[in-house]
Amino acid sequence: MRHALIAMRAIVLREALRFVHQRERFIAALVRPLVWLLVFAAGFRAALGLSISPPYQTYITYETYIVPGLCGMILLFNGMQSSLSLVYDREMGSMRLLLTAPLSRTWLLFSKLLGSTIISILQVYAFLLAAWLFDITLPPLGYLTVLPALVLGGLMLGALGLALSSFIKQLENFAGVMNFVIFPMFFLSSALYPLWKMAESSELLHDICAANPFTHVVELIRFALYVEWNGMAFFWSALATAAFMALAVWGYDPARGMMTRKG
Amino acid sequence: MKLPILTTLTAALLSTTALADEIWVTNEKDDTISVIDIETMEVVRTIETGERPRGITFSKDYSVVYICASDSDAVQVMDPETGEILYDLPSGEDPEQFVLHPDNRHLYIANEDDAITTVVDTETRTVVAQIDVGIEPEGMAVSPDGKIAITTSETTNMAHWIDTETQTLFANTLVDSRPRHAEFVKDGSELWVSAEIGGTISVFDVATQTEKAKIDFEIDNIHPDRVQPVGFEFTNGDTHAFVALGPSNHVAVVNAETYEVEEYILVGRRVWHLEFNRDRSQLFTTNGVSGDVTVVDVESRKALKSIKVGRFPWGAAFRPTE
Repeated sequence: MRHALIAMRAIVLREALRFVHQRERFIAALVRPLVWLLVFAAGFRAALGLSISPPYQTYITYETYIVPGLCGMILLFNGMQSSLSLVYDREMGSMRLLLTAPLSRTWLLFSKLLGSTIISILQVYAFLLAAWLFDITLPPLGYLTVLPALVLGGLMLGALGLALSSFIKQLENFAGVMNFVIFPMFFLSSALYPLWKMAESSELLHDICAANPFTHVVELIRFALYVEWNGMAFFWSALATAAFMALAVWGYDPARGMMTRKG
Repeated sequence: MKLPILTTLTAALLSTTALADEIWVTNEKDDTISVIDIETMEVVRTIETGERPRGITFSKDYSVVYICASDSDAVQVMDPETGEILYDLPSGEDPEQFVLHPDNRHLYIANEDDAITTVVDTETRTVVAQIDVGIEPEGMAVSPDGKIAITTSETTNMAHWIDTETQTLFANTLVDSRPRHAEFVKDGSELWVSAEIGGTISVFDVATQTEKAKIDFEIDNIHPDRVQPVGFEFTNGDTHAFVALGPSNHVAVVNAETYEVEEYILVGRRVWHLEFNRDRSQLFTTNGVSGDVTVVDVESRKALKSIKVGRFPWGAAFRPTE
């Protein structure tokens, strides 16, 4: 058990160290949602003051609406970034070293996942602080109640990243992940527009968005930020986390997974 | 055994209900009043009125409530406890807004279709005077000392100054297009008049009836045509004014010393009139098109909640229940 914890600590620290050393990555991770918030959302300032949907109690500006979606965006990009680093690790040979450790592969993968989730959450809080400085405030308790939602969301998107990384052979293929995973997941969700707004333009679009697990993560974060519970969003997020984790474990299983095919 | 418990519970519930202050909102298209419990922020009663209720005000002792039922051509007098219409006051045609004189007896009523201001004695229930004013009178105000009454006329674009002793006009001042609402502030030394189409508030020095300042409004990303000041109310000490800006869906916070706008708060659609709670820590806005009332926290200047009421809420009045 002690060994396992030492290994976990080492993996988490490695993630943290990698993050600290890549200062541009932190700045990029912060700038990306801030650009959305301050440039994109500013143009739609009055666009959403038309209908009230839970957890909001009154009319809100668009900037306020997209804050939870942008928190989700940070988790999503970071989850994918960590998958990118795994592909890199594999190319550089450091993954072989890691996987030869006398510990269960599931544990090692979970440690990796935990490391990337912690980094993601720190970035989300940095973003929320920046948003607060721009006068986009939330209920004070919301900053605390959002933490469990961020942990679940971070684990889910991190697990998705892990699962994907087991399928990606080379670093160059990461662009495909961007095109076929990150963008559809982000744009076909409730991050930028509420589902009722989607339904106005197309029922099909609404149904796709409603089925997207990222939507549920965003809604879980949205409700948690306003100190409210969304059972449905929690259920689907938890289910998706379990499914992606299982997929990742299967993908990295040397006997059955994709690893064997790559040789 | 269960019955006494039930009775006690009901009594406790009733006493709690009785303690909470209320905001009464007239619903122009529903011909009703929605009563909002300030404690729970929910509509607790809906009362039927005459046709197209707009202006609403309580008597100074809150024993009766006066309602301008515009399409019934009457000012209705209601018992707020029972919700029963006691009687109608003669009001002239199409009463839209009114103001109760500090003597708690005379109502000054703007008759939109007739271009007159009607003065009604609420005790004898008779018309005391009818004063010719500009076309489509709407905004009404009385100075705190009761000596001056103001009527603003939408089409003539004027504030008409009425001497309440002689019930005659003694001055007319031009304001911007379509004046809607007037209020005396700072112990009656200033008169503020909002102009809906002009998009401004004119501030007058009451002693000389001259304009001393004009307040403009500008909201990012909202076309200036949609920024239409209508109702406004003042915080404690008249330090700040909250101004409803109609179809811009915002309420402006204006510094009453510098006449500068400090903030805009997003509320429901077509915000029309405003009312405070007892200590003026919360502001209630009637949002006509969205059919709700937004509650604004005065100190933090943030909208807290929007409460669904009837169709096209128009006027609002505070009622203490203790």
